[in-house]
Amino acid sequence: MIEIRGLHKWFGALHVLKDIDLSVATGERIVVCGPSGSGKSTLIRCINRLEQHQRGTITVDGTELSGDVKDIEKIRSEVGMVFQHFNLFPHLTVLQNCTLAPVWVRKMTAGNAEATARHYLERVRIPEQADKYPGQLSGGQQQRVAIARALCMEPKAMLFDEPTSALDPEMIAEVLDVMIELAESGMTMIVVTHEMGFARRVADRVVFMDNGEIIEQAPPDEFFANPRHERTREFLSQILSH
Amino acid sequence: MTVSPDAPHDYPPGQHPSLPPPPTSTGIVGWLRGNLFSSLFSTALTIVTVWLLWLLISNLADWMLFDAVVSADSQAACRALDSGACWAVIAARLDQFVYGFYPEPERWRPNLVFVLLIIALAPILYDRTPARKQLLWFSAAYPFIAGWLIYGGIGLTVVPTGMYGGFLLTMIIGITGIAASLPLGIALALGRQSDMIAFRILCTVFIEFARGVPLITLLFVASTMLNYFLPPGTSFDLLVRVLIMVSLFAAAYLAEAVRGGLQAIPRGQYEAASALGLSWWATTRKVTLPQALKISIPGIVNVFVGLYKDSTLVVIIGMLDPLGIARAALADAKWNGLSTETYLFVALFFFVSCFAMSRYSMWLERRLARGEAQ
Repeated sequence: MIEIRGLHKWFGALHVLKDIDLSVATGERIVVCGPSGSGKSTLIRCINRLEQHQRGTITVDGTELSGDVKDIEKIRSEVGMVFQHFNLFPHLTVLQNCTLAPVWVRKMTAGNAEATARHYLERVRIPEQADKYPGQLSGGQQQRVAIARALCMEPKAMLFDEPTSALDPEMIAEVLDVMIELAESGMTMIVVTHEMGFARRVADRVVFMDNGEIIEQAPPDEFFANPRHERTREFLSQILSH
Repeated sequence: MTVSPDAPHDYPPGQHPSLPPPPTSTGIVGWLRGNLFSSLFSTALTIVTVWLLWLLISNLADWMLFDAVVSADSQAACRALDSGACWAVIAARLDQFVYGFYPEPERWRPNLVFVLLIIALAPILYDRTPARKQLLWFSAAYPFIAGWLIYGGIGLTVVPTGMYGGFLLTMIIGITGIAASLPLGIALALGRQSDMIAFRILCTVFIEFARGVPLITLLFVASTMLNYFLPPGTSFDLLVRVLIMVSLFAAAYLAEAVRGGLQAIPRGQYEAASALGLSWWATTRKVTLPQALKISIPGIVNVFVGLYKDSTLVVIIGMLDPLGIARAALADAKWNGLSTETYLFVALFFFVSCFAMSRYSMWLERRLARGEAQ
């Protein structure tokens, strides 16, 4: 589904991604973790070209990312993304947020787009908020709308960039519940998160990054019980110690 | 059940009801106390201000209303009648103030254009106008209908543009300038942020040039030099040239106001739109531009008000805008020395128009902000 080979990326002189190889099969759930500045967000932002890589290849569902705008827009329409700060469109209602891309990118009729939007708002459990503006919702509700907005494009894979980091503690669970449900429905997911409980529960594989490199990757049981690298053990002890 | 704030304070934990605020902090009495009489100094200030206002208003009202003369044949006749303002000069010249030298039998045409303007503006300014969709088509056709009615041709007598004057001329310049500069200014603002370097440079150079020269010089260029640049034999009407210059000038300012709005849009908005696969055009049209325009409303209206008032500068190239008419009236021996009345009247016209624009923009801001408050 997603194939990354020999990926390098620099911000100016800063080498932020170093020779990344990662392949994600259809239906697979990957959790990416690591200390801040390790390049995990940059990695998933490369997958839908929010960041441009300088070396290596990224292939999504058979289409290789190149400078071609058509390819980029095609991949973006197949890969949904959820951001740390939700990035909902504040001037549009929840429903309009969800129908915008299906109408403009998928050329869906307004009626079909609305039906799809209502279906996914139901799935993230906020159908009653459809006519409100994002500013009227809590953080947890906004993030669920953002998930619904991405799902309305019926993507083949979903990228989550620290989806719960900006939330108040009591709202994290409602977002994670929606994500767990999504994972159980068979969606291909790459999730950058520090929620290790989520990783344990749904991940097929946990990828640990540090300093722009993938240090190790393993199924969660093995990853948590038996980390092979010193750096991984250090990181785990830091985030699991309290 | 209402709870008196004086009730005993022994609610069990988690059971404390919401109480009404103390009466002294609300209502008229609360407001007066808080804002006008909060301290000895504030009370003194309030009394002095009211006294000064009274002096000003009572004297002004005497001069403008109670001692004023509305009908008389000349300045001398006014003075003989009463000591206040001599509004008779306005009454005598009212037709010129409104139409300039637009021929009297044809004045139904500008009148009709004004009525149609209200119909054309309604669906643009108020989104709950009945039959808005259909009316918007009329709004789109309006500039052509208005141009035809004012200028003539195709069944109507042609009225040369040199005969337009007064408020009619102000409205023509102001409204054409506003209608033409808004789309142009938005295009320039987008162009200045474009990834296409040649296009970006072109827009930037234009904006910086237009902002870097005074409007007066552009109007002089319009009135004299443009003839040298154009191929021989082409003749452009002076009014058309002024309209083009005023629109280009305002567009440059507008572009900067809109660019300010565009730059205030968080990066996340662009990223979210990109991540959904929206094209540049869809992102601009549906996501960034609506938000940018909303933020820029005060700046945009500022440019519009400035443009509207700057239309008086055409008096310098010999067009008879309201200030030109005022000058002509004052040059008449009969109405000598009435510049206060005449210019006050012109000022009042501009104030009413500009104040209306400003209030509308504030209303629009509130309306667009509704429901979106974070």
